[in-house]
Formats: sequence, C-alpha cells, structure tokens
Amino acid sequence: MHVIDGASDLLLNATDVAKHYGAVIALRSASLAVRPGEVHALMGANGAGKSTLVKILTGGVRPDGGTILVRGKPFAAHSPAEARRGGIVSVYQEPALIPDLDIRSNLRLTQSPVEATRHWLAELGLPDLDLTDLIRDLPLASLRIIDLARALAIEPDVLMLDEITAALPANLTEHVLEVIGRQKGTDRSVIFISHRLIEIAAVCDRATVLREGRTVGVVDVTAGSENRIVALMLGDMVRDLPARVADAATSSGRPADAVPRISARNLSFGTKLADVSFDLYPGEVLGVVALEGQGQDELFDIASGSERPGGGELLVDGAAVSFRHPADAIRAGLVYVPADRAEALLMQRSVRENIALPFTTRFGAWGPIDVRGERRKVDKAIETLQIDTRAAAEVRRLSGGNQQKVTIARWVAGGVRTMLCFDPTRGIDIGTKQQIYQLLRDLAAAGAAVLLYTSELKEIQLACDRAIVIFGGRIVAEIDVADADEATLLRAAYDLRPEELMPEEVASAAVESAAVESAEPGMVGPA
Amino acid sequence: MVDAVASWGRRNVWTLGLVGLLVVFLALTKMIQPNYGAPGIQGLAISILPIAFAAVAQAIVVISGGIDLSVGSMMALASVTSAVLMKDQGDAFGVAVVVGVLLLGLTAGAINGGLIVATKVPDIVVTLAMSFVWAGTALLILNTPGGGAAPWLMAVISGPLGNPWLPKALIVLAVIVAVVWLPLRRSTLGLTLYAVGSSPLAAFRSGVAVGPTKIIAYALTGFFSALGGLALTASGGVGAPVPGSYTLQSVAAIVLGGVSLAGGRGGVLGPIIAVIVLALVRTDLTFLGVDPNLSTAIQGAILIGVVMFGSLVAMRKVRA
Amino acid sequence: MTESVGTVRLTGGWRTIIRDQPIIPLVVLLVALVAVLELAKPGIVNGNWVATTMRAAIPLAILAACQTLAMLTGGIDLSVGAVASMAAFLMATQATGQGPLVAIAIALVAAAVAGLVNGIAIGVFKVHPLIMTLGMSLVVLGLMSVYQLLMVQSGTLIPDAIQWLGSGISFGFVPNSLVVFVPIAILIVVGLRRSGYGRLLFAVGDNPVASRLAGARVWQVLVALYVMSAILAAIAGILIAGLNNSATVSLVEQSVLPSVAAAVIGGTSIMGGRGGYSGTIVGALILTVLTTLLTVLEMPEAVRQVLFGAIIVLVAAAYTRVTGEA
Repeated sequence: MHVIDGASDLLLNATDVAKHYGAVIALRSASLAVRPGEVHALMGANGAGKSTLVKILTGGVRPDGGTILVRGKPFAAHSPAEARRGGIVSVYQEPALIPDLDIRSNLRLTQSPVEATRHWLAELGLPDLDLTDLIRDLPLASLRIIDLARALAIEPDVLMLDEITAALPANLTEHVLEVIGRQKGTDRSVIFISHRLIEIAAVCDRATVLREGRTVGVVDVTAGSENRIVALMLGDMVRDLPARVADAATSSGRPADAVPRISARNLSFGTKLADVSFDLYPGEVLGVVALEGQGQDELFDIASGSERPGGGELLVDGAAVSFRHPADAIRAGLVYVPADRAEALLMQRSVRENIALPFTTRFGAWGPIDVRGERRKVDKAIETLQIDTRAAAEVRRLSGGNQQKVTIARWVAGGVRTMLCFDPTRGIDIGTKQQIYQLLRDLAAAGAAVLLYTSELKEIQLACDRAIVIFGGRIVAEIDVADADEATLLRAAYDLRPEELMPEEVASAAVESAAVESAEPGMVGPA
Repeated sequence: MVDAVASWGRRNVWTLGLVGLLVVFLALTKMIQPNYGAPGIQGLAISILPIAFAAVAQAIVVISGGIDLSVGSMMALASVTSAVLMKDQGDAFGVAVVVGVLLLGLTAGAINGGLIVATKVPDIVVTLAMSFVWAGTALLILNTPGGGAAPWLMAVISGPLGNPWLPKALIVLAVIVAVVWLPLRRSTLGLTLYAVGSSPLAAFRSGVAVGPTKIIAYALTGFFSALGGLALTASGGVGAPVPGSYTLQSVAAIVLGGVSLAGGRGGVLGPIIAVIVLALVRTDLTFLGVDPNLSTAIQGAILIGVVMFGSLVAMRKVRA
Repeated sequence: MTESVGTVRLTGGWRTIIRDQPIIPLVVLLVALVAVLELAKPGIVNGNWVATTMRAAIPLAILAACQTLAMLTGGIDLSVGAVASMAAFLMATQATGQGPLVAIAIALVAAAVAGLVNGIAIGVFKVHPLIMTLGMSLVVLGLMSVYQLLMVQSGTLIPDAIQWLGSGISFGFVPNSLVVFVPIAILIVVGLRRSGYGRLLFAVGDNPVASRLAGARVWQVLVALYVMSAILAAIAGILIAGLNNSATVSLVEQSVLPSVAAAVIGGTSIMGGRGGYSGTIVGALILTVLTTLLTVLEMPEAVRQVLFGAIIVLVAAAYTRVTGEA
C-alpha cells in the first residue's frame, strides 16, 4: 500500500538512544522515526535491544544518551504515568490490570473514559463484557483485549503494542489487527512489536530493525520485504541452522516392537486438555506445536508431575505411572525444563548451586554433601553446555541465554533419560539457541527421549524428528519433519481446513479495503 | 436486582460470616449470663475501642500491600503524649492536644512509610525496628503510666448516648470510621491503595505513583494508631507507655476480619467485627469461669484455626 | 526478552566485600563498639567481661539461630520466646519430681511438638509463618499459665547442672554455656554450607516453585525447620533459666524481637534465600555489647530501644543498597 508522504513532521523521533547497565551495553545507537498515521513495526531478534528501547519509551528506564521527541517536544519519562503525559501509552505483554479490582475500577485508575472503552471492546470482539467482573476471574485473552481497549480509549499520540496477538485466539487476532490497521489515516500512530512476520506484513507500513543495540535498517513493508527484514535481523549470522531432513530416517529406522519411553493415553485435564494420546520413543525429539493456551501447558504439567490428569493415563517404558509430585516424575527419569527461567532458577544462588539442586532434593540426600563428586558433575555439565561462569556468584546476573543453559545443565549433570522442554529458547539470542538445539539432538542421539514445545515454529525443523499439533486440548495433526515448515505448522496450529483463511490474511484484506475506501482521488491504490 | 445482591453477597462472604458469628455470640453471652445487659455492652465497647482502632490501622496498611509491626508502639506514643500534654489543662487546650497527637500519628506513620520506600528494606524489618524507636520515644516522654486525660475526652467515650444500649464508644468508632475511611475508600486514593496492594507492578504501569501511595497508607495507619492511643488515654485516664500486645492483636484481628495478608482485598468492617467477636469470646469464657490464661490460649487456637480454614478454602478453589 | 549484549563484570571495591563477605564489616563494627566501651569506662574490657558478655549473648544467639533458619526460607518464628519459656518452666517444674535428665527430655519433646504443629500448619496448610507462630505463642503462653496453676504445689527447681551451664564461668573468661553453644554453632554453620538440607533451606527461601520442580518436597523441609527451631528455642530457654536461676512463664518474651534483629544485622534477608549463621552470631554479640555500652553510659532503657531500632534500619538499608535487593 502506497501513501504519498505529505507530512515531514515525525510524530516520534528517537535518535542515537543509548543505554548500558554497568559493563553491559544494551543499546548502542538506536533510532526510531514514526510518522503520524503510521503503523510502525519494531523488530529485532531477542537480545537485540528491543525490550530496552521499549522500556525507555514507556518510562521504565532512563536512557544514557540520545534524544527523543514526541510531536517535536522533548520526551523524558521516569514512569508510565509520565510517558503517558508525554504522549506514549504502552500495552504490555502482561496486562497491567489489577487482579482484585473489577474492570470499571481499572478504567478509573487510568482515567479511561468508560463509553469509549466500551466502543473499542465491541470493535475488538468483546461487546458483552460485564464491567463489574473481577480481573482475576477473566481469561488472559480477554485481559489483553481490555488492556488494549483501555489504551485506545485514551487516544494517545503513540500507542505501543508489545506482542499483542500472543495468547489470542484466531477471531480476536483478526479484530485486533483490523483495529490496528484502521489507525492509519488518523494523526496518531502505532508501534507494533511482534516477531510474526505474517502479521507485520498484514498491517504495518514500515519496520525498524534492531540488531546488537543498533538500528540497522528501516524497511517499507511490502510484499516480499520479509526476507530483507529477516536478513537485517540476523545480520552476518545468517547461517541457516542445518535442517534436519537428513535424520528423518530415524523414525523409519525404529524397530517395530520398540517400546515408547512415554505413552500418553487419552489424557484429559479440566477444560484445557480433552483427549491427548501420543508416543515418544527413545532417541527421538518430538516437537509439540500449538498456539498459546491450547493445552500444552497442562500436558507438560502432567508429564512432569506437577499436576495429576483428570482422566487417561501416562505410561513410562510401558508401565503405567501415577505422579503425585515432580519428585515422582524425576525418579521415573522425566526431567522438566520450564519456559520461565524465574520458575526454574534460584536467582540469588550461584550457578553451581543451581546446577546441583536436584542432587539434594531427595529426603535421603539431606545429609552431608559429597563435595568432590558434586564438583566433578557440575564442572562437566558447565563444560558440556559452555556456560559462561564469569558472573557465577549469582545466577541473577547471567544473561538470559546462560540462565537457560543453567536450567538445562541441572539435568544434564545427573544424566538425562527423558527431557521435557517447554519453550526453552524463548527470549534467547540466536547463538545460544543453536547450542541448545544441538544439545537436544546430542541427547537424543545418546538414547534420550525429548519432548519439545517451542513457540518459534521455524525451529521445529531444526531440532525435531516429527511434530504433533495441539489445538483445543486435542492432537489435530502429526507432521513429519520434512513437511514441518512454518506455514504448514501455523495452519495446523489454527486448526484450519485448507480452504480457510488465516487471521492475518483476513485482517490484511480488511485493512486494504478500508484503505481503498478512504483513498483520495489521485492516490495510488493497493497494487 | 437479585443478581446484584447475590454478587455483593459473594464478594463479602467473610464479613457476612463474621456478622453471623457476632449474632451467635451475643445470643450465647445472653444465655450464659442472663444479666448481661446495657452496662455489659458499655464495658465491652470501651474496652475494645483502642484495639478496634488498631485493627483499622493495620487493615489499611495491609490492604495496601504492607504491614506495620509498630502499631502498638505508635499507640503508646500517642497515649503518653496526649496524657502528658493534657494533664491539668483546660478544655480548649485539650482539643488542640488531640489534633496535635493525630498529626503526630500521621507523621510517625509517614516516617515509617518513607523509610520503607526510600531504603527498599522489607516492611516487616522497618516497622519492627521502628517499633523500638517509637516505643523508646514513648518511654522517654513518660516512663511509667502517668499524666492525665481531659475530662471531656473521657466523657466522649464513656456511657451511653440516648438509648442505654448504644455505647458512646461504639458511636465514636462508627463516626470516625465513617467520616475518614468511607469517603477515602470510594475516592481515587482508596482505589490506588487497593491497586498497589493487589499488584504494585500493574498499578505502576497503570500510572499510579506507587511510592507516595504507600507512604499515605502508612500515614493513615499512624493516624488510626494515634486514635487508638487517645482511646487508651481516654479509657484509662492516664497515658500508658507500654505497647503491650496491641500490635499482635491488630494482626490477629485483620486476619480474622478477612483482610488478605497479600494485599488488595478486605475492608475495615471485618476486622472491627472480629475484634468485637473476640472480646465476646473472652467475656463468655470469663462468665463460664474459664481461667483467663486458658482464654488466651483459646484465642491463639482460634486464630490458627480460622487461618487454616481460610487457607484450606483457598487451596480448594485453586484445585477447581 | 533479554536485553544484554555482553556479559557482566563485577564491580570491585568495598561494595563487593560487604556483599560477598558481610561478616567483615560486622566484625569491624563489633570491635569499634568494644573500643567505644573501653573508652567510656576504661578497664571494663577484661577476661571477666568477655565471659559475661558471651554468657549473655549465647542464649540470644541461639534464639537468633531459629530466626536465621526460618528467615532463610522466607519465614519467621515469633513463637521462640513462648517455646523457650515453656521449656524452661517445664524443666524446672518437672525437675523436682523426675530428676534433671527426664525433665529436660520432657521440655525438649514438648517444644518439638509445638514446632511440629508450626511446621505442619506452615508447610502443609500454607498458613503465613508470621500468623502461625504468633498464634502458637499465644497458645503456648496460655497453656503454660494454666499449667502453672496446676503445678503451684511442686515449686520449681533449677538443677545444679543447668545452673553451671547457664551461669557458670570457667578459667576466668570462658562461659560454660559454650559447651552447648559451640557444637550447635558448628553444626549450623557447616550444615548450612555442606549439607543437602542446608542447600534446600536456601533453595526453598529463594524459589519454592523451582525447588518443587527440581523434586524437593517443600513441606518436609519446612516441618523439619520449625521442629529444629523449637528445639533450639527450648535449649536457649533452659540456658536462660540456668543463667537467671529462675523459670517463669514469660521468661523469654523480651528476646523475640532482638533475635530477629540479630539475624537481620547479621545479613540474613527476611525475604529468604540469602544469609548465614556466622553473621548472626556477630549480630548477637553486637547487640549484647551495645546494651552494655548503653548501661555503662547510664542511658535510660528508652534510649536503648530507640538506638536499637535505628541501628536495625541503618544496617538493613546498607545491606539493601549493596546487594541491590532486600
């Protein structure tokens, strides 16, 4: 979509923004220029500085250098309240709603006009929301929408959306993208942060790409610009992680009577899991593909012993098991690497203590520690995972990638039979991602069974032999690695029949037709 | 209409339960001691007034996500300050003293809150430390019970108002709470108190000034603690420099009153009713001839039992 | 989302010292206080003073051990005063009829029961430790008062051995209670560093969710903790009875808050996951010397309390600044 650029005044003009934490440089020289009436994507691989720039713009953090102007006026915010006065309102990944208050009170808190919010709620697909409902009683998807509606009702100059479509079902995603698209043509702008190129292509005009703390490019979003964007994000490291097609022989090479390491039979749990059955064999990496909240969390909770299934059963090495506590699962050889490092790590303790944690959790292990034996195992694990131990005293001070390696090292140190990995590469830089996937493959090659859930669909092909797709608490597809490209997986994840359109496609079409309607004579319409 | 009442009922289950308990214990008391009448209610009201204010003080700060272990010490400070200043002075001066002591309470509370916000030291540690500071200050002002209370102050809370069944002490309590707390609760400030207690991060992101809100909460706690101290002076006629177990009792009262230690939930009505119920329990045990010390043990057991019950209920809900 | 592009380098200097070896500035503070004491009253610091100071600090240090262990898990034990008094009183009243050994055994068992109830309520029913131990202290005090009425006839007896342990001084500068304290201190300091259970205390305090996911049964850790805490409190109570040659129902109430203070000053965080016992011991000594100093300076009790509070805030604030977190 082409628009004649008449306005030379930028709505938001950030130049040379820099931020460092001690010796760590989060931003070297980031720039972001947003025109009025534009939907502008902010992109970058994890670790590129995106979240730091977002924090600066939302008043969470003070920059060490650079200038930021909003409508020509200097912008310097030390809190979200100040950021809002400066014209920028942010909708965070975690909805900023107060759990113990009802919706109406939350609106009062941000001084959002109730009628306007209702209007936006209807536009976004939730017209019948009862404003006296308590926030803690509502599902995450609704909270995201409420947070967005509340922000739209304030009519900020710049609306910043951080991964707004994560955790949203298809229909709400459609509405959200449509509404965002309709902001074009007003004199306000939207900064759209997402890693889903398909969505960016649907609604954004331009994209600013960050890499290693610097703005490396500003791209007009047109058909075919995705490759350019990805190239900018990855830079010189565009070594394609080797695809796994060659190892597809594994599944056909398995003997006919091989006993699965794990068998799930008709597992169910509350409303989230309906009927899940699958087998996981030793020596393979089985990928789990699903949109947010389709039951994969509950599946992993059951397999790791955190929760008991409502129905169905779990078999390990052919024998039925009943886990009451993660300790039971660990004793059966199932170890769990959670997505949220805050759930897995003892942040104030050292790297070594974190790795050695499982050694002392059994009641029998409460006594004196075998210091030398422990040191040996921990050293080996650190070496295997190439953990940077320069800041070893407190795990809190490690980078995200190193922290994730520690959560995995903890199990590697004791030997892995079966590993359950839930989104292990979330928020990790590319180099570490590669290491982790290589490690998983090595573990499988050595005979372990690995169940891997990742939200990065592109990466299924890098690590897995096959993939199962979960939608609505059921397995809706099983896909061999050779066919597991991102588009196929995404379609399966939305549980779409071949002729159905993806939500991004629906939204894109809606946005384009809206643009045609509002197009002035003489303007170039969509090509 | 029925829906609204039902939903209000669901939200205030705990308080309603307490009211039920109150009625039950009143009936029980009457059964045990048929002579229990208006004078009994009078005595009850005056004896619970200080601890009721302490409970309100603690409720406010806990709702906002904190806790204040110096409530008893601030009460002692207010009590001795008012007693020393009011002794042998005129009525008008007495009024000024009351105002001054309330301001003192506000200030002490604000200092508590300010230290917590500025040093980022956990509230338990700061208020524990400040409980020494305020108690020590109280001792410096008056190291044994002494001083005096203005006659009008004592009169304001003793005896009935109109109907012999309406103790002035309860009316004073009701009026002050209604005038200070109710408007506050409905205001934006009240909203921010609950917001900060429920989720400081979400509140921050919603634009709330979290630090100043916390300081205001602690200042209000100081204010109500000062009221408790004034009630001590008024009921005893002298200033009492020893904090006693008021802090502990205030924490017990709010827990029994349905205020969540995690913050963001509860009100002041529950704790006040809890205070009355506990006092009735004590009274009933006395009438039954139970040793007062065993009565202490029973109160402790009640506290533990109630909290365990509440915990079980919460755990059941999570399972479902 | 991660934000780092490089890795962290440690900042050097005194901040690192305070953060990683907090005991050094504490010892410096202690020595400074002793120096001030000597200045205020020259000649006071001698062998006998060392002994009496240690003798007074030991029960406090033991009670502070209870707090240290509880605070490591993010909890607190406000019932130590009541349990200590109960143990002392039980021992004293039972010693007349049953002899010292049985009396001590009864006291310890009773304490263990109290600790067990605490532990189960906190570990299994997830009652907040502040509330539970508070409630427990009320229950214990009440029950003890009733028990006292029943035992009025038999009177109390502090066995000679206990008196020797609690108040005796040997060789002019060694308090006999060291015989009890040293093994306890070594057990705790080494246990925290070198035993699986010690690691679990830190783990549970830092992150109970992660501990559970790694296979720890958190409730077991907590039950064991509060039982240990109660037994330690009982030992402290018995020593105090020996020190004062008397046992009353509310013997130890005054020491509860100072025991928390000693642990805080010693560098243990009330939020859990960080701290240790060696700092607490120095903290207890600091508080004891401070009390002596203020008595020598003839400051009223009131001033002692105010200074107490001020020091806790200052020290805690310093720790928070340096560690970047509470």
